[in-house]
Amino acid sequence: MMTSLSRRCLLAATAALTLSFSGAASAAEPIRIGAVLSVTGPAAFLGDPEQKTLELYVKRINEAGGVLGRPLQLVVYDDGGDASKAKTFAQRLVEEDEVVAMVGGTSTGTTMAMIPVFEDAGIPFISLAGGIEIVEPVNPHVFKMPHTDRMACQKIFEDLKARGFTKLGLISGTGGFGASMRKQCTAVAPDYGITIVADETYGPKDTDVTPQLTKIRGSAAQAVLNADFGQGPAVVTRNYRQLGIDLPLYQSHGVASKQFIELAGEAANGARLPAAALLVADKLPDGDPQKKVLVDYKTAFENAFKQPVSTFGGHAYDGIMILKSAIERAGSTEPGAIRDAIEATKGFVGTAGVFNMTPEDHMGLDLSAFRMLEIKNGDWALAG
Amino acid sequence: MSELLQFLFSGLTVGAIYALVALGFTLVYRASDVVNFAQGEFVMLGGMTTVFLVQLGLPIPAAAVLAVLATIAVGLLLHRLAIEPARGAGAVTLVIITIGASIFLRGAAQVVFDKQLHQLPAFSGDAPVTVLGATILPQSFWILGGTAALVVLLWAFINRTLVGKAVIATAGNRLAARLVGIDTGRIVGLSFALSAAIGAVAGILAAPITFTSYDIGTMLALKGFAAAMLGGMGSPVGAVAGGLLLGLLEALGAGYLSSTYKDAVAFVVILAVLFAMPNGLFGEAVRERV
Repeated sequence: MMTSLSRRCLLAATAALTLSFSGAASAAEPIRIGAVLSVTGPAAFLGDPEQKTLELYVKRINEAGGVLGRPLQLVVYDDGGDASKAKTFAQRLVEEDEVVAMVGGTSTGTTMAMIPVFEDAGIPFISLAGGIEIVEPVNPHVFKMPHTDRMACQKIFEDLKARGFTKLGLISGTGGFGASMRKQCTAVAPDYGITIVADETYGPKDTDVTPQLTKIRGSAAQAVLNADFGQGPAVVTRNYRQLGIDLPLYQSHGVASKQFIELAGEAANGARLPAAALLVADKLPDGDPQKKVLVDYKTAFENAFKQPVSTFGGHAYDGIMILKSAIERAGSTEPGAIRDAIEATKGFVGTAGVFNMTPEDHMGLDLSAFRMLEIKNGDWALAG
Repeated sequence: MSELLQFLFSGLTVGAIYALVALGFTLVYRASDVVNFAQGEFVMLGGMTTVFLVQLGLPIPAAAVLAVLATIAVGLLLHRLAIEPARGAGAVTLVIITIGASIFLRGAAQVVFDKQLHQLPAFSGDAPVTVLGATILPQSFWILGGTAALVVLLWAFINRTLVGKAVIATAGNRLAARLVGIDTGRIVGLSFALSAAIGAVAGILAAPITFTSYDIGTMLALKGFAAAMLGGMGSPVGAVAGGLLLGLLEALGAGYLSSTYKDAVAFVVILAVLFAMPNGLFGEAVRERV
């Protein structure tokens, strides 16, 4: 008697448990999304805002009811800027965490190392790195959010053309960013009728470039372009003013951070650069299609973290939101279906611009993504 | 003409910083035969500490003095905790210890300070001075003047004081110095303190135009070491000459030849000099100590 009663209880309990588990699974089993970012190490200034943005928006999406009625679960690993570590973490995301998509890859180096892993697994990979080789040639599973350095060159050359300049002095850093941009600018210059009349370089840690600038001053250049990021452009800009060169100075999108203005000080005034609209979010006219997205993101990020917003975090926002929209449109969390939906992204308004993906273009941005800015009184302004 | 003058200004400013780093290498090397690769980190500590003290609201002169004292303390600790316990180890072991110390200091600076680039305001403004069509920043005069002042002070200290004579004696022959009653351990410690102080001053003088961050030490140590080799390892005159020469070579190489190969130009010249004069321009022939 006792045994049959207890057995019946047990059965009932088991049945109840089983029911509740299966109920939970269908209602709220999380959708796993991977992110391998360089949160520490030399690229930390990129990876840190990326991680913060992803975590903030996954939380916000979940609070709003998740995607397809299921919450998102973000699995983040920090590769410290090391490409081989990134690859190991990518394998872990695929094999152990069983993610359905990946948003991450802070630098071009870590991204390139991870591509084979996601390609083999057939999992869509939205990279946050700038290098053009990520999407050229197109890999069916790889997408990227930031604009490329070639587009930065084109934007600058458009501006030069509009101002009637045809002879350009180029000074670039020998680091990865500067060397790549120098190559891209040299390649597209003829399309805009621009001749590079001086082509100087400097090392990433050089603290004085007056000899190079003196040579450029002695050339026929009508304007000067400095392709680099970090310390170099600040040194160039200060040396430029020290030498009293009065030609227009163009910087790359690599200096689009307040730190550049702080380091270069007064000398930065008058320099022009192409940059994402995020930097001038509150200065955009009200009719601008990006304005609402930009102001919303900027407010959310700055309220949550009490630090100024950066375009790098913006790329993470674009990545997670494009992924969210793709999963919704696919109506499925099957990686192949998500991939197809990402590729079909049309008219998505993000922080970097308006994305229109095609099977041939896995970045989906055009030159309108860049705004030409001018530094005025130590602040960004839209160039006239 | 103005072009050449511009290259010379650039070369001398950069060269003076190399010279101070080389001088730091030389002081420690003379007293202890140790090539201290943490010398670049002394420069970093001087600049970064000043920047952070200024951010805390201290006036620049007070911040600079505190930064120099803090760097001296680090130099003494480095000697006491890392070099002294390994006394009697071979030169290679000691060099590896200093490389380890430099990595440690760089890591600690990342944690204590941050990973951003920083800049000090220039001591006498940013308006460039025009000399015969070439321009030079007032801060360059501070760097050149500071270097000259340090060299004179150091020379007076070494040649005109009893402690200085003890440094010369220790450099000359450690055993003999000990026999006449010189505490050579303390003299080596003093050399570390002096080279830390020189490094810190270099870091503070340079920060307004070169910027500073936790990782500037590596490049400076490399250039300073090259300058010290060029001038002759262990020769203070050689260190200064080597530093200025290296800076000028880079500037003239970038100006008249190719900026892509300016570092190569400088190093080819150094190799050529060392090929002809293995002890550097001002170095003495190597004597084996028994």
